[in-house]
Amino acid sequence: MAHWLDDDRYRTLAAALDDLIPGDGVSPGAGGAGGADYVDGLLGAFDVDPPRIWAGGPFSGRHGGNASYGNFLELGPWEAMAWRQRIAEWQEIYAAGLDSLGPDFADLDPVERAERLTGTGPDFRDLLFEHACEALYGDPVYGGNRECVAWQAIDFRGDSQPAGYTDAEVAFPHGTDRP
Amino acid sequence: MTDLDCDAVVIGSGPGGATAAHVLAQAGWSVIVLEKGRNHLLELDAPFGPLGHFSNDELKFTRRHVLGPDPGLEPRSYRRTEADGDRLLVGEVNNLPSTVGGGGVHADGKLPRFREEDFRLRSALGPVEGADVVDWPIGYDDLEPHYTEAERLIGVAGETTNPFAAWRSGPYPMPPGADMYGATLSVPAAERLGLHPYRAPTGANTVPYDGRPACNNCGFCGFHGCPIEAKGDPVALLRAALRTGRCRIVPEALALGITRDATGRRATGVRYLDLSVGPSAGDPPVLELRSSHVVLAGGAFETPRLLLRDGTGNSSGQVGRNLMYHFQTLTVGAFPQRVWGASRGRAVTHLHDDHIIGDAAQRTAARAAGLPWLRGGIVEHGGAAGPVQEALIYGPGAHHGAAMRDSSLRDRLWVFTMQGEDLAQPGNRVDLDPSVRDAWGLPAGRVTWSPHRHELAASAHVGPLLEAVLREAGAEWTVTSTSPPVGEHDAGSPLGLAPASRHVIGTARMGDDPATSVVDPSQRLWDLDNVIITDSSVFPTSTGYGPTLTLVALAARAAHLLSG
Repeated sequence: MAHWLDDDRYRTLAAALDDLIPGDGVSPGAGGAGGADYVDGLLGAFDVDPPRIWAGGPFSGRHGGNASYGNFLELGPWEAMAWRQRIAEWQEIYAAGLDSLGPDFADLDPVERAERLTGTGPDFRDLLFEHACEALYGDPVYGGNRECVAWQAIDFRGDSQPAGYTDAEVAFPHGTDRP
Repeated sequence: MTDLDCDAVVIGSGPGGATAAHVLAQAGWSVIVLEKGRNHLLELDAPFGPLGHFSNDELKFTRRHVLGPDPGLEPRSYRRTEADGDRLLVGEVNNLPSTVGGGGVHADGKLPRFREEDFRLRSALGPVEGADVVDWPIGYDDLEPHYTEAERLIGVAGETTNPFAAWRSGPYPMPPGADMYGATLSVPAAERLGLHPYRAPTGANTVPYDGRPACNNCGFCGFHGCPIEAKGDPVALLRAALRTGRCRIVPEALALGITRDATGRRATGVRYLDLSVGPSAGDPPVLELRSSHVVLAGGAFETPRLLLRDGTGNSSGQVGRNLMYHFQTLTVGAFPQRVWGASRGRAVTHLHDDHIIGDAAQRTAARAAGLPWLRGGIVEHGGAAGPVQEALIYGPGAHHGAAMRDSSLRDRLWVFTMQGEDLAQPGNRVDLDPSVRDAWGLPAGRVTWSPHRHELAASAHVGPLLEAVLREAGAEWTVTSTSPPVGEHDAGSPLGLAPASRHVIGTARMGDDPATSVVDPSQRLWDLDNVIITDSSVFPTSTGYGPTLTLVALAARAAHLLSG
């Protein structure tokens, strides 16, 4: 369920994220892997309490221990002010950028989409790319990298606590005591 | 004396403040530690267990300021020289964490000692034109017992194989941990080229120690808080202080200034803003603590900022001056096979000191640059950043997925970082920005800093040597850059225009002469009898070694001297 985006903006955003970081059959596209949910969760972070800014810890539960990332941390009152301000600026950039792409953006052919994306200006595109990277390669608790699909494509475990790695996995990860 | 709140107020809960708090509380003093940041480290009531906020989460730590300071609340400004005008940029300028535990929380815990020569650089090597090279007022022998104390308190794992190391009175508390795979390539290659790498002394447990578990090599060491408390700095020090029952930590307490008596020679306490009260209630309340002593430990950026704002301790005019970093030379090599970057292990597992010691070629390079001598710094053998940081480098486009899988800038990358000695220059300084303010209306700190040609010459000499080592180790290609960027790297550096180093040093130097130093050899302010500084502000030189163990040892020494 979307928090800040309406259905049209959600579709447009997912398509634009896929245009910036497309899937290639092995690695997922930023939109397809949940990038729109990532951005939506961030732009609507203060719809829930605590806000979805800092995931909890210490363990995701994927490698032992109790899953606690979903217990987002409280912000201090001044931190909350700073984040509200930051997110308000991002909301403005996203609203303008997505609306200029248009509600039909996801249905256009790639050439026209590229043209419209180019026309949105660097503020929106740069922010979108930063969030695409964060969504794809950050922890799934933030809404992107669904089921760790982007980490799997690069053979990256992500978090490993509390299991960690054995000394042999650190020094001889190729499975031999010789490089 | 009954109207005092405590014997000592400590400003700052990083390694220096934590050490002072621990030593003073152990000596029977009552101590209140003020920390302007939030607490994510440990419960402040017995049994002082972990809060569980730290995790293997790249976004929270590297993209979302969980450790503070939020640059939206606490901007800093930077300029290279006055020729840049009032400032070149506003934002993050080598921010150390602003949180309970300070810089110790995000550090990967490389904790080397300095060498004997580092304390008498002027006597040993002589002056350098344009720099203020001095001897320290104390020597290595004065500090050695406190180095031992610091290693024991934090829990340092290491071995005594570095041929250039200073003498030590005992072994490390723990043996070293597992070698990272990349180091199994770079260390033999360095040895084949005549260098002397050794396993880095590291403040991460290799066996259960002090009630905390051994490190399990999770790979989220540098820039991340440790989820299992395997890193001892500074949680071990703060917990030990709290367990005395005589120490209290107050987070979200921004020290405004030091109150003084009618003579102006003695501190009477500290005024601070209570930031636990939010903006909806108007300006945060100003509170005051009265104490018989004050310990300044805000770090080499915030300590001079407070003193300059307060008009305290600056009869010498030296507060804020001689700001030093480490001039970082970053040589990277991409290997044909996976080296797993920094994703397993302790970020850095080996160091070599050869470029601090120098050789005939380094002396020749010095002469060619018109300098009497050159000193580099420790070279860290380590990995690169996490996948989010890597993803940002490749830029948008259809190539992105393949570039991430190929991972020449993370998974196949091995990195040498030289923490080059930065010579003191009086013009390099922290002062108050004339117009930028923080969220509470206080003048932002401003850095004015540019390298001496010594740093540039040392980097230019060492960079090609490090590239040769990486090629010898099997790298397909190598490239060297610096932070801050210079020359052809001046534009577009991913590390930014300001020095990326978090080793912030100088700005309240220790000396024998009140006309040329801010604190005396016991780290007491020349101008206020009952105030000491226990952070890296007091270093007269930067050396080429990470500053943390030395600032902890100095803090322990100063606190012992204070408490008698």
